[in-house]
Amino acid sequence: MKLTSLFAKKRFSLLGLALVCFAASTALATEEVIISGSTTVLPVMQKAGEAFMAANPGITLSISGGGSGSGIKALNDGLCQIAMSSRDIKKSELELGAKNGVTAVRTAIAVDALIPVVHPENPVKNLSAAQLKDIYAGRITNWKEVGGHDGKIVVVSRDTSSGTYETWEEIIMKKEKVTPAALLQASNGAVVQTVSANKRAIGYIGFGYLTDSLKKLDVGGIEATPQTALAKQWPIARELYVFTNGKPEGAVKKVLEYLLDPQKGQKSVREVGYIPLDK
Amino acid sequence: MPGYARKESLIRIALAGTAGVSLLFLALIFLFLLVEGLPMLAPRSIAGFLCGMSWYPTAEPPEFGIFPMLVGSLAVTAVAASIAVPLGVMTAAWLTEIAPSGVRRICKPMIELLAALPSVVVGFFGMVVFAPFLQNVFDADTGLNLLNAGVMLAFMSVPTICTVAEDALFAVPVSLREASLALGATRWETTIKVVIPAAFTGIGTGCMLGMSRSIGETMVVLMVAGGAGIIPASLFDPVRPMPAAIAAEMAEAPFRGEHYHALFAIGLVLFVFTLAFNIIAQRIAEANRQAPD
Repeated sequence: MKLTSLFAKKRFSLLGLALVCFAASTALATEEVIISGSTTVLPVMQKAGEAFMAANPGITLSISGGGSGSGIKALNDGLCQIAMSSRDIKKSELELGAKNGVTAVRTAIAVDALIPVVHPENPVKNLSAAQLKDIYAGRITNWKEVGGHDGKIVVVSRDTSSGTYETWEEIIMKKEKVTPAALLQASNGAVVQTVSANKRAIGYIGFGYLTDSLKKLDVGGIEATPQTALAKQWPIARELYVFTNGKPEGAVKKVLEYLLDPQKGQKSVREVGYIPLDK
Repeated sequence: MPGYARKESLIRIALAGTAGVSLLFLALIFLFLLVEGLPMLAPRSIAGFLCGMSWYPTAEPPEFGIFPMLVGSLAVTAVAASIAVPLGVMTAAWLTEIAPSGVRRICKPMIELLAALPSVVVGFFGMVVFAPFLQNVFDADTGLNLLNAGVMLAFMSVPTICTVAEDALFAVPVSLREASLALGATRWETTIKVVIPAAFTGIGTGCMLGMSRSIGETMVVLMVAGGAGIIPASLFDPVRPMPAAIAAEMAEAPFRGEHYHALFAIGLVLFVFTLAFNIIAQRIAEANRQAPD
């Protein structure tokens, strides 16, 4: 009996010690930067954010998704300091921000480019953007129609809620729907696996996922390289942005500097499959 | 109250408590599915959700029709069952009626071990080995299709069906077999006409449990079913069963948005299906329960 009560007391004091430590650590972490917005930018921010917090123990980043629109809305409402966005800000959003005294300032942090890919044995080398759209909408269904061997085109797409799909839909499909007969894969890796194992398949992946087991297609006669993507010649590319209220200052500035640093944030950009900015 | 009686009642309460906890979990999960799934169904007609042909949850305006997924789920389950039921029951019959007891002692645990195979491994096998095989040998447009998913699911439900059926066959009294043989029936006739009908309850339960495992299996169908939201016209068409849609989309669906609620509503439909299979299994077990001889 005595022994157990002694033990309980000891445990209690340990708990108290832990509480004190916890209080001290929260008191040290004074600054919190709230980041919210596009799920396309989210993986970069999460990857870079972890390393950033390890390097800057005084700053806590709280990162969440929700979409470009909701991120910009949160910035306008003062609910976040950094909004991630896969598109430019709309005029209506700028006006809305001005009402609340928020001036959104844009900073590009990466380029998201997609490459259409086929099996290495597929003779097709080049497709126009219109042909890609017709293939994905289910209007062109045989490789013969675009200069390949006779055979059904097996359309491989991404899940409708992924950021990659969103980019594809916006640039190639122009808001038209991808055919329901498309094989929906849950990740870039699954698309690579599916297309590299099927001679009749066509898929699209982020730049960073290209491997030797796939053949990349030219679009409208332009070859997909990081250079053409950065020069804005490659048609299936878009810049990814972060928006801040006014010129970034203090902790927010530190985060942006980290993101744009070729050795730090831009490394994360490459790691998650986007193209780093050439600075 | 004497000491042993108190102990007895304590044990009784403890056991009732543990049983209650698992029931409580089931009730809570069902409640959670209802709370998260109903907001989706309330403003729309349930018929439109169940019979709608297109699933474009992120389009403007979004479309939530799960009929192709519903058909996909039932199709893979049917294909899996048509492979796994004969295979499982035949294996069980061989084990009890024909195999020498030494072989049986080795084979049975091995078949049960098949059930311990992680579903992701089965899915990987289907993706990397079986899909190219289907493409090369049958000239299928894609190896990720209904047949592939059905075969992989059959793989996973054979152990369940076989184990339960084997127990049922083994429990058939030897006196029945002896009577049949004494009347001049061959061993084959005895197995088909006497032993299997006598064990029908257990075999039926095993089949239903195997099928409810197939319809709820997620990883395998996500990896090998292809994921196309169409109604399959042949065994080589890709399908998108309900669990695959939930697994693939849940991570990206905005919390408490329409898409999120729609995925929970699919979960609710799936739950109803699995429940139905289990209830049928129980009914079979009860209706044909035989009095011990």
